[in-house]
Amino acid sequence: MATTTMQGGDLAARVGGQVGRSPPRLEAREKVTGRAEYTHTMRLPGMLHGKIFRSTVAHGRIKSIDTSAAKKVPGVYRVVTSEDVRKVIPEPYYGPAFHDQPILAIDKVHYVGEPVAVVLAADPHVAEEAAQLIVAEYEELPAIFDEVEAAENKILVHQELKPAGTFADLKHLKGRKGTNIALDFKLRRGDVDKAFAGSAQVFEHTFRTQKVLHLALEPFASIGDWKESGVTIYSASQGPSFVRTEIARLLGWPENRVRIKVPYLGGGFGGKLYIKLEALVTALSMIARRPVKVALTMEEQFYTITKHPSTFRIKTGVDKTGRITARKCEVYWNGGAYADIGPRVTQKSGFTASGPYDIDNVWIDSYALYTNVPPAGALRGFGIPQLVWAYESHTDMIARALKMDPLEFRRKNILREGRPHATGQILENAKHERALERVAERLSWTKPFDRGTGTRRRGRGVAVAIKAVISPTTSVANVTIAGDGSTTLFCGTVDMGQGSDTAMAQMVGEVLNIPTESVKVVQRDTDVTPYDMGTLGSRSLFHMGHAVRLAAEEARDKIKALARDVGEPEGSNIPLADLFKKKYGMQAGNIVGTGIYKPDYVPPDPATGLTPNATPFWMCAAAGAEVEVDTETGQVKIARLINVVDCGRPVNPKIVETQISGASLMQLGFTLFEKMHLDAGQVTNASLADYKIPGILDIPAVMENEAVDAHQSNGPFGAKGVGETATFCVSPAIANAIADACGVRLTELPLNAEAVFRALRANADKPLGDE
Amino acid sequence: MTRTISFTLNGEAVAAEIKPHHNLVELLQREFNLLGARESCGQGMCGCCTVLVNGTAVSGCLYLAAFVDGAEVTTVESLASGDTLSPVQEAFIEAGAFQCGYCTPGFILMTTQLLDAHPDPDDDQIRHYLSGNLCRCAAYPEIINAAKLAARKRKALASG
Repeated sequence: MATTTMQGGDLAARVGGQVGRSPPRLEAREKVTGRAEYTHTMRLPGMLHGKIFRSTVAHGRIKSIDTSAAKKVPGVYRVVTSEDVRKVIPEPYYGPAFHDQPILAIDKVHYVGEPVAVVLAADPHVAEEAAQLIVAEYEELPAIFDEVEAAENKILVHQELKPAGTFADLKHLKGRKGTNIALDFKLRRGDVDKAFAGSAQVFEHTFRTQKVLHLALEPFASIGDWKESGVTIYSASQGPSFVRTEIARLLGWPENRVRIKVPYLGGGFGGKLYIKLEALVTALSMIARRPVKVALTMEEQFYTITKHPSTFRIKTGVDKTGRITARKCEVYWNGGAYADIGPRVTQKSGFTASGPYDIDNVWIDSYALYTNVPPAGALRGFGIPQLVWAYESHTDMIARALKMDPLEFRRKNILREGRPHATGQILENAKHERALERVAERLSWTKPFDRGTGTRRRGRGVAVAIKAVISPTTSVANVTIAGDGSTTLFCGTVDMGQGSDTAMAQMVGEVLNIPTESVKVVQRDTDVTPYDMGTLGSRSLFHMGHAVRLAAEEARDKIKALARDVGEPEGSNIPLADLFKKKYGMQAGNIVGTGIYKPDYVPPDPATGLTPNATPFWMCAAAGAEVEVDTETGQVKIARLINVVDCGRPVNPKIVETQISGASLMQLGFTLFEKMHLDAGQVTNASLADYKIPGILDIPAVMENEAVDAHQSNGPFGAKGVGETATFCVSPAIANAIADACGVRLTELPLNAEAVFRALRANADKPLGDE
Repeated sequence: MTRTISFTLNGEAVAAEIKPHHNLVELLQREFNLLGARESCGQGMCGCCTVLVNGTAVSGCLYLAAFVDGAEVTTVESLASGDTLSPVQEAFIEAGAFQCGYCTPGFILMTTQLLDAHPDPDDDQIRHYLSGNLCRCAAYPEIINAAKLAARKRKALASG
């Protein structure tokens, strides 16, 4: 059974001291009674359902789309193609980094599963039946699927790059032709070639990761309700402010005519970021002049957004003493047919590709590639789990080759606080070394270890990592106090299960000295909740946390001013309601506090990628695994999984623990079995029957989660984000444990029984055939 | 094409017009605004659509609405009486056994059925009984704790 320990515990529910308590989620009752609202089950009066007809080829010119049979199905309201879309939105291309994705395919299709047409009907079954009667003819074009081959630019996915212009560092890409490279990020520090030449030994390995997906149990869903005066979109979105800006741009409207409402999300994990179905439902509602809902099936999620498959070539030089002297990283990110946020992943994760090590000479090339597969975006870690998988497997391989203890080798090379990271930023508030030491203590690393016997071989492994938060980004919050003294928080952070509503309410309670449970957190609605960059990359607790803190502090100052105004002595404990009554003669009035937060940042030098301020905080993680490998079958059993993070001071220790545990178990699925199988660009296992995710029987026999004692000096109440942190180290810790157990080194995920067994047979010089 | 069916829904006699292809989730959502049973995978693999029919858990996304004619149907919405949550619901809150909450009604119904059959389950029984329900937030360790806590709460209620 899982055992857990957390530092800090539930201090009793008392006024003040709200940060550090573990109250249950504010919305807990709604969730256990089945009353919590999700977009996927929402309905509006007079609403039509849209069902999508999708491309069956990976790359092709659209010769014809025959919708005649679909239109004849009784109950069909309308069949929509890009021709109709362009009549209402002339330039229907969207995306956060590149305006490359059409609302419905225009002239060409770029991946199997791309939306080509939509059937509208009041009855979703009618729409679905009719969508199956649409016939499209394509002139097939050569397609490219692999990220490394795509970089050769022999087959082109797009004719021209179309950066969004939102990001200054993408402007130089505008109009670039003849390339699949959406972004190439470079970091150059010291002189790697010279250092390699002077190294005692040089190691070079290549690692790959597979295509997997978020697979939120609430599939994507949006409802568009367009009127001439404005459009309201109900959406399962992690970033309502971005959706508002982007829809306003597509319509040529001011933002205040676009309203995005977001109820609770049935999981997000980075999938429900930026624009997914929102532009489509807006266009459909404009065409139909009725509310239109598009709610995807589980299968359709496989054609919407995925994690980036990657290839990482890593080369490291070490001196005679085992010190790393140089590291060269070449990372290829398979972004699929549309860039989505891939270019950000490429850069914002790319610059940490050399790992949490103190290395004088670093060379990083990180490439975002277009290919003809479903698009890739952010998935719980923004690329970091792919990088850590490679550099922490590589680290163990070097240590073993040097006949050094893997833990000792890490200790010798680890980047310590006060030393410059590869970017040049001096490392502060980063307790990854402490996390690693805690893992080692829990594993009793120096004590004898039972290595198993016969066909059951036991081994153990560790890994350590850091991640920079995406920067710079902005959050705004409002706190209002009503005439009866009750407090309401308006913030755009989307609670998709991570418990942000509760954590933010705790911070308000802390500042205003009121119980967390008395704070109402307003559902996301861009008409009332102010701007927030997005609920992503573990940024919210830090950025929105600061905005919430500042808003509450302003409200607190205004309460004091109000008290002075009505002649109350300093430090008076008169109830708030009485203050308002004294001022306004009755239960009336409001206090409004606003907070805006944007951290300092220095953009990287375009030539070197160096900057003294890349990130306001580092997420730090270490993991340890004990595994048992059955050498007759290749089956790997996780006997013990240890996750230790530095998240500063936990605002809600219980919720922090579930974030650590949940993140680790999600990554366990990506490590051991999850994989989208593609055949000529076609996903062949697009269902929960064929794509297995972790179930209750897959959890390790023993799981230990810990947040190290820490205080983030520039964080709100000493805290920083934690949603992704425990994903980083799981894959390499397990791969290192497998290597320790049975001597096979896997360099490609997932680490399933077949992969382990093939490697065991290859090691024994009896390799298996391909089938 | 349409026909009228009559059944007992959360203790009340009800009737509804359905088409032969409608499933139980659609029936509950459209005709009765009960949104706790939710379609997710559409294949009976995830348990988000769990509904009890004559006391037995079924996948509401695969179960045809026509089949509940004359049956007793119980949904998550019936577990609380007034403001009082059921012991299983309370235990899920206290153990922190959910994050996004989308799969939670299914887990709560299955845990209720588990404790009806095995009032004092061990870890293995809990794991196997709940293995047909998936939680992408992976609150599994907390769910196991919640099932044990709920067992204690039910025992205390029975003896109290």
